[in-house]
Amino acid sequence: MREQDPIERSRNFEEVACGYHPDDAMRESERCLMCPDQPCVSGCPVGIDIPGFIRKIGEKDLRGAYDIITETSLLPAVCGRVCPQENQCEGVCTVGESLEPVAIGRLERFVGDAAIREGWVNIPYIEANRFKVGIVGSGPAGMACAADMAKAGCEVTVFEAFHQPGGVLRYGIPDFRLPNAVIDAEIGNLRKLGVKFECNTLVGRLFTIEQMISGMGYDAVFVGVGAGYPTMLGIPGDSLNGVLSANELLTRCNLMRAKEFPNFDTPQPIGRRVAVVGAGNTAMDAMRVCLRLGAEKVYCIYRRSRKEAPARAEEVHHAEQEGVEYHWLTNPVAVIDDGQGNVRGMRCVRMELGEPDESGRRRPVQVAGSEFDFETDLIVYAIGTNANPIMGQTSKLELNKWGYIQTDNSLATSMAGVFAGGDIVTGAATVIEAMGAGRKAAASMKAYLGIRDSALPYANGGEKLFGIDLRERNFARVRVA
Amino acid sequence: MTNYEIVSREDFSDVTYLLEIRHPMMARAAKPGQFVMVMLNEQGERIPLTIADFDGEKGTITLVIQAVGKTTRQMQQECRVGTSLYALVGPMGVPSPISHARKVLCVGGGLGVAPIFPQARGYKEAGAYVIGVVGFRNKDLVFWDEKFRDCCDELIICTDDGSLGIKGLVTAGILQAIEKHPDIEEVVAIGPPIMMKGCADSTRPFKIKTMVSLNPVMVDGTGMCGGCRVRIGDQVKFACVDGPDFDGHQVDFDDLMMRLRRYTKTERKALDHWEKGCNLDKTIASSVEALIPGQALTTV
Repeated sequence: MREQDPIERSRNFEEVACGYHPDDAMRESERCLMCPDQPCVSGCPVGIDIPGFIRKIGEKDLRGAYDIITETSLLPAVCGRVCPQENQCEGVCTVGESLEPVAIGRLERFVGDAAIREGWVNIPYIEANRFKVGIVGSGPAGMACAADMAKAGCEVTVFEAFHQPGGVLRYGIPDFRLPNAVIDAEIGNLRKLGVKFECNTLVGRLFTIEQMISGMGYDAVFVGVGAGYPTMLGIPGDSLNGVLSANELLTRCNLMRAKEFPNFDTPQPIGRRVAVVGAGNTAMDAMRVCLRLGAEKVYCIYRRSRKEAPARAEEVHHAEQEGVEYHWLTNPVAVIDDGQGNVRGMRCVRMELGEPDESGRRRPVQVAGSEFDFETDLIVYAIGTNANPIMGQTSKLELNKWGYIQTDNSLATSMAGVFAGGDIVTGAATVIEAMGAGRKAAASMKAYLGIRDSALPYANGGEKLFGIDLRERNFARVRVA
Repeated sequence: MTNYEIVSREDFSDVTYLLEIRHPMMARAAKPGQFVMVMLNEQGERIPLTIADFDGEKGTITLVIQAVGKTTRQMQQECRVGTSLYALVGPMGVPSPISHARKVLCVGGGLGVAPIFPQARGYKEAGAYVIGVVGFRNKDLVFWDEKFRDCCDELIICTDDGSLGIKGLVTAGILQAIEKHPDIEEVVAIGPPIMMKGCADSTRPFKIKTMVSLNPVMVDGTGMCGGCRVRIGDQVKFACVDGPDFDGHQVDFDDLMMRLRRYTKTERKALDHWEKGCNLDKTIASSVEALIPGQALTTV
């Protein structure tokens, strides 16, 4: 796949990966073995029929490929770009055992982009029922849940606190990785399904979840508000000017378009030498944004080694190409000030890897006497997020000890009719995992509302009563003629 | 989409103005101490403003704004009755805990005079004896004194030059009130950080619980960016979701004031850029006026 030249692209906000030429896509599709056990499908959090859509690409039937993907996934153009394929479908690809795995993500994006270009949208026949469903948060979890509920015939309204829908896709992921046009297209598809978006609405404060269920007439509510309460390191100098969270940096740049200052009013912190702490996807985004904003040097400070870095392999590689300097096995211990409340530098220590911890990753231990200082004028923390407290403050939803919403296996919360999924349940994860949770919650919601779910398998001999699958739990509305 | 229409406007001075905005749902939900985020237009920044009044029956909320930066000056120029804001979100923040204290001192200074009003009214409705202390630079800048008299059992007006009420800062008013009423149980103070710091310092020797409403730099107002983090005792809190009200005796005001200066340079730049644009508009307007008399007003 063609990519923009690293030096050139590190100064603009155009997309890095230019996408497949049709011939390349055809060639890549032929590499798929169509193996019978389909490990890639079970590797996909939403279970896309991957060999199915690849076969269609090979047959030059892009519309057919799009139809297959959209049976299970809502946003091929988004997921093809932002999924960590190497840990999912591509990580278990049979071809990958001896060669490079089939580039499933790139093929998916190829199909998704074609759909946006051609204006394809799959709107099934929808028979309206009398149910009203409210979705809190317009990020990937909310979008996925909204799509499924709208397809089931419910009247769906999505509430968003910001002035534009899309959640993390809008404020978090920068344009060069996920262009706004792609998000707009996907939101447009949801609108075509009949989903309504209400922006500038802070659920919990403007009205509560309880009010939605009792007074406002929502039959079911899905809470997918994300985690987003950034963690600070808690080291001396944390509150100096020039220390900020990756969320703040990215929101200013992406959602508020501070990169176009002064044509847009929001100020953007710009550093000459920037240190980003962390090595996840958010850290990579933050570093690459800083380069594009004109930083001379961008350092990545991470206390483990490259192997443990949680970011997509492609992002680590792209950032390196663009000139990011990695400092693996380095841990910050203090931020140094200039005497006027601004950042002047950072004090770090070297680490080495010890015994594996509970997450299976080797625990970093400090090397004695390895302290050193370096110069920096902007420090960005990309070390994860905690649960946002608004839902807990304003509703009686049961939370776990970390403040995330407590759910059962079907993603039902402690309140009848209220379901939750995505980062606010699991803690920070990926876009596709949030979408998977949104779809799972939608399935539970349908069961709760007594809507027949055609997605449930009928054929394979499940327990049946009057010809209705027991798992459907659809007994409320059986009518005898 | 909801339309955030401005239904009335009042100018208290050449820098202070009041906007009443239609938002029936928010008017019903709002409680004392909460704030909103406002965007004037699509290119605008999100600015936090404390709600100065709300009327559930009329379906409106009221903001009192001081034109100090680019956005607030532009709003002063462009927000007329009948126009709309691009975005208005809220009510945000934890509402002020209106306790059952029997005697309460509500202190507002400068831009804090308006937002202290719902608190004073809240305490009055909860049955407290409310003493109001409001501070202005001079007599001409005084506003809402009648409104305060309606909900306060006593009102002390302080002016810097002594042109009305007592001469001096609000802290002088606080000391006067404490002297007269040694049984004051709570103090609530809203205003510029330096004034709130002064209030907290003046009540500290008397060990009277003092709540302040903090106004750090914010982007989203929903706990997502961490830009508004403040030091409260030995903890770090986010003013937008953990506050904005905190125990004034615990707040690290020096840290707050230092962090408020974070974007001073860029804010200056934004203001200059905008003023340049305005002058350009005026130049165009005057040349249009010269060519076609009477047309300039409609063109610009």
